[in-house]
Amino acid sequence: MTPPQRQRRTPAQGTPAQPAAPARKEGEGGNPERLYVVAGPDGERADIDLVTLIVARSPDPPPSATPEQAALLRLCVAPLSVAEVSAYLSLPFSVVTVLITELLTAELVQARSPIVRKALPDRSLLEAVMHGLQRL
Amino acid sequence: MDFNGSDTIPGPRAEDQLPHTAQSAVKIVIVGGFGVGKTTMVGSVSEIKPLTTEETMTQAGIGVDDNYGSASKTATTVAMDFGRIRITDELVLYLFGTPGQERFWFLWNGLFEGALGAVVLVDTRRLEVSFDVMGRLEERGVPFVVAVNSFPDAPRYPLADLRTALDLSEMIPIVECDVRRRASSRDVLMTLMRFLHSLAMTGSLA
Ligand SMILES: Nc1nc2c(ncn2[C@@H]2O[C@H](COP(=O)(O)OP(=O)(O)O)[C@@H](O)[C@H]2O)c(=O)[nH]1
Ligand SMILES: [Mg+2]
Repeated sequence: MTPPQRQRRTPAQGTPAQPAAPARKEGEGGNPERLYVVAGPDGERADIDLVTLIVARSPDPPPSATPEQAALLRLCVAPLSVAEVSAYLSLPFSVVTVLITELLTAELVQARSPIVRKALPDRSLLEAVMHGLQRL
Repeated sequence: MDFNGSDTIPGPRAEDQLPHTAQSAVKIVIVGGFGVGKTTMVGSVSEIKPLTTEETMTQAGIGVDDNYGSASKTATTVAMDFGRIRITDELVLYLFGTPGQERFWFLWNGLFEGALGAVVLVDTRRLEVSFDVMGRLEERGVPFVVAVNSFPDAPRYPLADLRTALDLSEMIPIVECDVRRRASSRDVLMTLMRFLHSLAMTGSLA
Protein backbone atom coordinates (compact mmCIF):
# COMPACT_ATOMS: atom_id res chain seq x y z
CA MET A 1 0.00 0.00 0.00
CA THR A 2 1.49 3.32 -1.07
CA PRO A 3 0.37 6.62 0.35
CA PRO A 4 -0.67 9.41 -2.05
CA GLN A 5 2.16 11.71 -3.12
CA ARG A 6 2.45 15.42 -2.38
CA GLN A 7 4.81 17.98 -3.89
CA ARG A 8 6.31 20.62 -1.68
CA ARG A 9 5.99 24.30 -2.49
CA THR A 10 8.41 27.11 -1.97
CA PRO A 11 7.83 30.52 -0.42
CA ALA A 12 5.89 32.60 -2.92
CA GLN A 13 7.89 35.24 -4.80
CA GLY A 14 7.92 38.46 -2.87
CA THR A 15 6.26 36.91 0.15
CA PRO A 16 8.51 37.56 3.10
CA ALA A 17 8.90 34.73 5.58
CA GLN A 18 7.72 36.99 8.35
CA PRO A 19 4.61 38.81 9.35
CA ALA A 20 3.95 41.48 6.82
CA ALA A 21 1.00 43.26 5.37
CA PRO A 22 -2.07 41.07 5.69
CA ALA A 23 -1.96 38.70 2.77
CA ARG A 24 -4.84 39.00 0.37
CA LYS A 25 -5.22 36.02 -1.82
CA GLU A 26 -7.79 35.30 -4.41
CA GLY A 27 -9.72 32.07 -4.60
CA GLU A 28 -7.49 29.32 -5.88
CA GLY A 29 -8.06 26.59 -8.38
CA GLY A 30 -9.61 28.86 -10.99
CA ASN A 31 -12.39 29.74 -8.65
CA PRO A 32 -13.31 33.28 -9.67
CA GLU A 33 -14.08 34.79 -6.35
CA ARG A 34 -12.58 37.13 -3.87
CA LEU A 35 -12.99 36.96 -0.15
CA TYR A 36 -12.32 39.64 2.31
CA VAL A 37 -13.06 40.57 5.84
CA VAL A 38 -15.88 42.99 6.38
CA ALA A 39 -14.26 46.29 7.27
CA GLY A 40 -15.39 48.54 10.05
CA PRO A 41 -16.64 52.11 9.56
CA ASP A 42 -14.25 53.93 7.21
CA GLY A 43 -12.05 50.87 7.30
CA GLU A 44 -10.43 52.56 10.30
CA ARG A 45 -9.01 49.88 12.51
CA ALA A 46 -6.15 49.74 14.91
CA ASP A 47 -3.59 47.02 14.29
CA ILE A 48 -5.23 44.41 16.46
CA ASP A 49 -4.35 40.73 16.48
CA LEU A 50 -6.46 37.80 17.69
CA VAL A 51 -4.10 37.53 20.65
CA THR A 52 -3.62 41.19 21.46
CA LEU A 53 -4.37 41.44 25.19
CA ILE A 54 -6.94 44.06 26.14
CA VAL A 55 -7.17 45.57 29.63
CA ALA A 56 -9.71 48.13 30.82
CA ARG A 57 -8.09 51.20 32.33
CA SER A 58 -10.82 51.41 34.96
CA PRO A 59 -13.12 48.69 36.33
CA ASP A 60 -16.18 50.90 35.88
CA PRO A 61 -17.40 51.80 32.40
CA PRO A 62 -18.18 55.52 32.04
CA PRO A 63 -21.87 56.46 31.64
CA SER A 64 -21.12 57.50 28.07
CA ALA A 65 -20.15 53.96 27.07
CA THR A 66 -22.49 52.10 24.71
CA PRO A 67 -23.85 48.77 25.98
CA GLU A 68 -21.35 46.88 23.79
CA GLN A 69 -18.47 49.03 25.02
CA ALA A 70 -19.57 48.59 28.64
CA ALA A 71 -19.79 44.82 28.20
CA LEU A 72 -16.28 44.76 26.75
CA LEU A 73 -14.91 46.96 29.53
CA ARG A 74 -16.41 44.68 32.18
CA LEU A 75 -14.89 41.63 30.52
CA CYS A 76 -11.47 43.22 30.42
CA VAL A 77 -11.02 43.97 34.12
CA ALA A 78 -8.14 41.50 33.78
CA PRO A 79 -6.15 41.12 30.54
CA LEU A 80 -8.08 39.19 27.91
CA SER A 81 -7.23 38.37 24.31
CA VAL A 82 -9.31 39.78 21.48
CA ALA A 83 -10.24 36.19 20.57
CA GLU A 84 -11.67 35.64 24.06
CA VAL A 85 -13.53 38.95 23.93
CA SER A 86 -15.01 37.86 20.60
CA ALA A 87 -16.02 34.50 22.07
CA TYR A 88 -17.63 35.92 25.22
CA LEU A 89 -19.45 38.71 23.39
CA SER A 90 -20.44 36.38 20.51
CA LEU A 91 -19.26 39.00 18.05
CA PRO A 92 -17.08 38.44 14.98
CA PHE A 93 -13.43 39.34 15.31
CA SER A 94 -13.65 42.30 12.93
CA VAL A 95 -16.57 43.78 14.87
CA VAL A 96 -14.62 43.44 18.11
CA THR A 97 -11.60 45.18 16.57
CA VAL A 98 -13.84 48.14 15.70
CA LEU A 99 -15.14 48.29 19.28
CA ILE A 100 -11.61 48.11 20.62
CA THR A 101 -10.41 50.81 18.26
CA GLU A 102 -13.12 53.12 19.66
CA LEU A 103 -12.13 52.28 23.21
CA LEU A 104 -8.46 52.81 22.46
CA THR A 105 -9.25 56.22 21.00
CA ALA A 106 -11.28 57.08 24.10
CA GLU A 107 -8.35 55.83 26.22
CA LEU A 108 -10.63 53.42 28.06
CA VAL A 109 -8.55 50.34 27.34
CA GLN A 110 -4.94 49.42 26.90
CA ALA A 111 -3.79 47.00 24.20
CA ARG A 112 -0.76 44.76 24.77
CA SER A 113 0.64 43.58 21.45
CA PRO A 114 1.52 39.94 20.87
CA ILE A 115 5.01 38.72 20.22
CA VAL A 116 5.04 37.75 16.56
CA ARG A 117 7.31 35.42 14.68
CA LYS A 118 10.24 37.21 13.17
CA ALA A 119 12.69 36.19 10.51
CA LEU A 120 15.07 35.46 13.34
CA PRO A 121 12.99 34.20 16.26
CA ASP A 122 13.86 35.09 19.80
CA ARG A 123 15.44 32.01 21.35
CA SER A 124 14.72 32.98 24.95
CA LEU A 125 11.04 33.38 24.09
CA LEU A 126 10.98 29.88 22.57
CA GLU A 127 12.73 28.51 25.64
CA ALA A 128 10.19 30.16 27.94
CA VAL A 129 7.34 28.54 25.98
CA MET A 130 9.07 25.15 26.21
CA HIS A 131 9.44 25.48 29.98
CA GLY A 132 5.80 26.44 30.27
CA LEU A 133 4.69 23.44 28.21
CA GLN A 134 6.84 21.07 30.22
CA ARG A 135 4.87 22.06 33.32
CA LEU A 136 1.55 20.99 31.78
CA MET B 1 -26.81 39.31 21.86
CA ASP B 2 -28.49 41.69 24.27
CA PHE B 3 -25.92 44.01 25.74
CA ASN B 4 -28.33 45.94 27.92
CA GLY B 5 -28.61 43.57 30.82
CA SER B 6 -25.39 44.46 32.58
CA ASP B 7 -24.61 41.11 34.16
CA THR B 8 -25.73 38.84 31.39
CA ILE B 9 -22.43 38.55 29.57
CA PRO B 10 -20.52 35.56 30.88
CA GLY B 11 -16.82 36.16 31.23
CA PRO B 12 -13.95 33.99 32.33
CA ARG B 13 -14.31 32.26 35.68
CA ALA B 14 -12.36 34.03 38.41
CA GLU B 15 -9.73 31.28 38.40
CA ASP B 16 -9.34 31.67 34.64
CA GLN B 17 -8.51 35.36 34.73
CA LEU B 18 -5.04 36.25 33.57
CA PRO B 19 -2.87 38.14 36.06
CA HIS B 20 -2.43 41.85 35.46
CA THR B 21 1.23 41.14 34.80
CA ALA B 22 0.30 39.34 31.53
CA GLN B 23 2.20 41.45 29.01
CA SER B 24 2.01 39.56 25.76
CA ALA B 25 0.76 36.50 23.99
CA VAL B 26 2.01 34.16 21.31
CA LYS B 27 -0.02 31.82 19.12
CA ILE B 28 0.27 28.46 17.44
CA VAL B 29 -2.18 27.25 14.81
CA ILE B 30 -3.34 23.64 14.45
CA VAL B 31 -4.48 22.77 10.95
CA GLY B 32 -5.85 19.63 9.33
CA GLY B 33 -8.88 18.16 7.66
CA PHE B 34 -12.31 17.61 9.14
CA GLY B 35 -12.37 15.09 11.97
CA VAL B 36 -8.61 14.79 12.27
CA GLY B 37 -8.61 15.83 15.94
CA LYS B 38 -7.93 19.58 16.01
CA THR B 39 -10.67 20.38 18.52
CA THR B 40 -9.63 17.41 20.62
CA MET B 41 -6.03 18.59 20.67
CA VAL B 42 -6.94 22.16 21.64
CA GLY B 43 -9.15 20.81 24.42
CA SER B 44 -6.61 18.37 25.76
CA VAL B 45 -3.89 20.95 26.37
CA SER B 46 -5.91 24.08 27.09
CA GLU B 47 -6.14 25.36 30.66
CA ILE B 48 -9.46 27.03 29.92
CA LYS B 49 -12.55 25.44 28.46
CA PRO B 50 -12.00 25.90 24.71
CA LEU B 51 -13.80 28.89 23.22
CA THR B 52 -14.86 29.78 19.71
CA THR B 53 -14.21 33.00 17.88
CA GLU B 54 -15.55 33.74 14.46
CA GLU B 55 -15.05 36.03 11.53
CA THR B 56 -17.47 37.11 8.84
CA MET B 57 -16.19 37.18 5.32
CA THR B 58 -17.99 38.20 2.21
CA GLN B 59 -17.63 36.44 -1.03
CA ALA B 60 -18.12 38.37 -4.24
CA GLY B 61 -17.90 37.29 -7.81
CA ILE B 62 -15.09 39.04 -9.70
CA GLY B 63 -15.43 37.21 -12.96
CA VAL B 64 -16.53 40.30 -14.84
CA ASP B 65 -15.92 43.93 -14.03
CA ASP B 66 -19.38 45.16 -14.85
CA ASN B 67 -20.95 43.67 -11.78
CA TYR B 68 -18.21 44.81 -9.45
CA GLY B 69 -19.85 46.25 -6.37
CA SER B 70 -23.26 45.12 -7.40
CA ALA B 71 -22.62 41.42 -7.34
CA SER B 72 -24.67 39.61 -4.75
CA LYS B 73 -22.40 39.02 -1.82
CA THR B 74 -22.64 35.98 0.39
CA ALA B 75 -21.48 36.30 3.95
CA THR B 76 -19.51 33.34 5.20
CA THR B 77 -18.81 32.80 8.85
CA VAL B 78 -15.57 31.10 9.70
CA ALA B 79 -15.28 29.79 13.24
CA MET B 80 -12.12 28.98 15.10
CA ASP B 81 -11.72 26.91 18.28
CA PHE B 82 -9.05 28.05 20.63
CA GLY B 83 -7.52 27.32 23.99
CA ARG B 84 -4.99 28.96 26.27
CA ILE B 85 -1.96 28.02 28.30
CA ARG B 86 -0.30 30.35 30.80
CA ILE B 87 3.42 30.17 30.20
CA THR B 88 4.63 32.64 32.82
CA ASP B 89 3.02 35.52 34.69
CA GLU B 90 3.95 37.69 31.71
CA LEU B 91 3.44 35.36 28.76
CA VAL B 92 0.37 33.48 27.46
CA LEU B 93 0.15 30.91 24.66
CA TYR B 94 -2.98 30.60 22.52
CA LEU B 95 -3.72 27.58 20.34
CA PHE B 96 -6.08 27.93 17.43
CA GLY B 97 -7.78 25.02 15.71
CA THR B 98 -8.97 25.73 12.20
CA PRO B 99 -12.17 24.01 11.10
CA GLY B 100 -13.97 24.22 7.80
CA GLN B 101 -12.64 24.97 4.37
CA GLU B 102 -8.97 25.75 4.29
CA ARG B 103 -9.18 28.47 1.69
CA PHE B 104 -10.84 30.60 4.34
CA TRP B 105 -8.15 30.14 6.96
CA PHE B 106 -5.61 32.08 4.98
CA LEU B 107 -7.98 34.94 4.37
CA TRP B 108 -8.44 35.48 8.06
CA ASN B 109 -5.96 38.30 8.34
CA GLY B 110 -3.75 37.86 11.31
CA LEU B 111 -4.39 34.19 11.96
CA PHE B 112 -1.17 32.88 10.47
CA GLU B 113 0.64 36.18 10.37
CA GLY B 114 2.70 36.32 13.48
CA ALA B 115 1.98 32.74 14.60
CA LEU B 116 5.12 31.11 16.00
CA GLY B 117 4.38 28.07 13.86
CA ALA B 118 1.79 25.46 12.98
CA VAL B 119 0.99 21.83 13.65
CA VAL B 120 -0.37 19.95 10.65
CA LEU B 121 -2.49 17.09 11.98
CA VAL B 122 -2.84 14.27 9.49
CA ASP B 123 -4.95 11.16 9.34
CA THR B 124 -3.33 8.45 7.20
CA ARG B 125 -6.75 7.37 5.95
CA ARG B 126 -7.03 10.71 4.19
CA LEU B 127 -3.50 11.95 3.81
CA GLU B 128 -4.25 14.07 0.75
CA VAL B 129 -6.63 16.41 2.58
CA SER B 130 -3.63 18.02 4.26
CA PHE B 131 -1.59 18.53 1.08
CA ASP B 132 -3.01 21.91 0.17
CA VAL B 133 -2.64 23.42 3.61
CA MET B 134 0.99 22.29 3.84
CA GLY B 135 1.68 23.97 0.52
CA ARG B 136 0.09 27.18 1.71
CA LEU B 137 2.15 27.18 4.87
CA GLU B 138 5.28 26.66 2.78
CA GLU B 139 4.33 29.51 0.47
CA ARG B 140 3.94 31.81 3.43
CA GLY B 141 7.05 30.66 5.20
CA VAL B 142 5.12 29.50 8.28
CA PRO B 143 7.21 26.77 9.94
CA PHE B 144 5.30 23.59 10.76
CA VAL B 145 5.65 20.07 12.08
CA VAL B 146 3.50 17.11 11.05
CA ALA B 147 1.64 15.08 13.68
CA VAL B 148 0.04 11.81 12.65
CA ASN B 149 -3.06 11.24 14.74
CA SER B 150 -3.17 7.47 15.11
CA PHE B 151 -6.68 6.27 14.59
CA PRO B 152 -7.02 2.54 15.20
CA ASP B 153 -8.20 1.60 11.71
CA ALA B 154 -5.82 3.93 9.88
CA PRO B 155 -3.08 2.53 7.65
CA ARG B 156 0.32 2.59 9.34
CA TYR B 157 3.11 3.71 7.10
CA PRO B 158 6.72 3.79 8.20
CA LEU B 159 7.60 7.42 9.01
CA ALA B 160 10.20 7.39 6.23
CA ASP B 161 7.49 6.49 3.68
CA LEU B 162 5.28 9.24 5.06
CA ARG B 163 8.12 11.73 4.76
CA THR B 164 8.56 10.77 1.13
CA ALA B 165 4.83 10.88 0.44
CA LEU B 166 4.50 14.27 2.10
CA ASP B 167 7.66 15.49 0.34
CA LEU B 168 9.06 16.88 3.56
CA SER B 169 12.71 17.76 4.01
CA GLU B 170 14.68 15.74 6.57
CA MET B 171 14.61 18.59 9.06
CA ILE B 172 10.83 18.83 9.40
CA PRO B 173 9.71 16.62 12.30
CA ILE B 174 6.98 14.02 11.83
CA VAL B 175 5.59 12.50 15.01
CA GLU B 176 2.79 10.15 15.93
CA CYS B 177 0.29 11.19 18.56
CA ASP B 178 -2.99 10.47 20.23
CA VAL B 179 -4.38 13.94 20.73
CA ARG B 180 -6.95 12.72 23.23
CA ARG B 181 -4.07 12.49 25.69
CA ARG B 182 -2.75 15.72 27.11
CA ALA B 183 0.80 14.42 27.35
CA SER B 184 0.77 13.36 23.71
CA SER B 185 -0.59 16.71 22.55
CA ARG B 186 1.93 18.50 24.72
CA ASP B 187 4.72 16.44 23.14
CA VAL B 188 3.57 17.53 19.69
CA LEU B 189 3.76 21.17 20.77
CA MET B 190 7.19 20.54 22.30
CA THR B 191 8.32 19.04 18.98
CA LEU B 192 7.20 22.21 17.23
CA MET B 193 8.98 24.41 19.78
CA ARG B 194 12.22 22.42 19.50
CA PHE B 195 11.99 22.70 15.72
CA LEU B 196 11.47 26.47 15.93
CA HIS B 197 14.39 26.64 18.34
CA SER B 198 16.61 24.77 15.90
CA LEU B 199 15.55 27.19 13.16
CA ALA B 200 16.45 30.08 15.44
CA MET B 201 19.86 28.52 16.03
CA THR B 202 20.60 28.05 12.34
CA GLY B 203 18.84 31.28 11.41
CA SER B 204 17.02 29.72 8.51
CA LEU B 205 13.67 28.51 7.43
CA ALA B 206 14.88 26.24 4.65
N1 LIG C 1 -8.85 6.95 18.13
C1 LIG C 1 -8.64 8.26 18.15
N2 LIG C 1 -9.71 9.09 18.02
C2 LIG C 1 -9.50 10.42 18.04
C3 LIG C 1 -8.20 10.96 18.18
N3 LIG C 1 -8.29 12.29 18.13
C4 LIG C 1 -9.57 12.60 17.95
N4 LIG C 1 -10.33 11.48 17.91
C5 LIG C 1 -11.77 11.43 17.72
O1 LIG C 1 -12.06 11.86 16.41
C6 LIG C 1 -13.23 12.67 16.37
C7 LIG C 1 -12.99 14.00 15.67
O2 LIG C 1 -12.11 14.80 16.44
P1 LIG C 1 -12.20 16.40 16.44
O3 LIG C 1 -11.20 16.87 17.43
O4 LIG C 1 -13.59 16.87 16.61
O5 LIG C 1 -11.72 16.75 14.97
P2 LIG C 1 -11.63 18.16 14.23
O6 LIG C 1 -12.70 18.17 13.20
O7 LIG C 1 -10.27 18.15 13.59
O8 LIG C 1 -11.76 19.26 15.23
C8 LIG C 1 -13.67 12.82 17.83
O9 LIG C 1 -14.72 11.93 18.04
C9 LIG C 1 -12.45 12.44 18.62
O10 LIG C 1 -12.79 11.85 19.85
C10 LIG C 1 -7.11 10.04 18.34
O11 LIG C 1 -5.96 10.42 18.49
N5 LIG C 1 -7.39 8.71 18.32
MG1 LIG D 1 -13.25 20.76 15.27
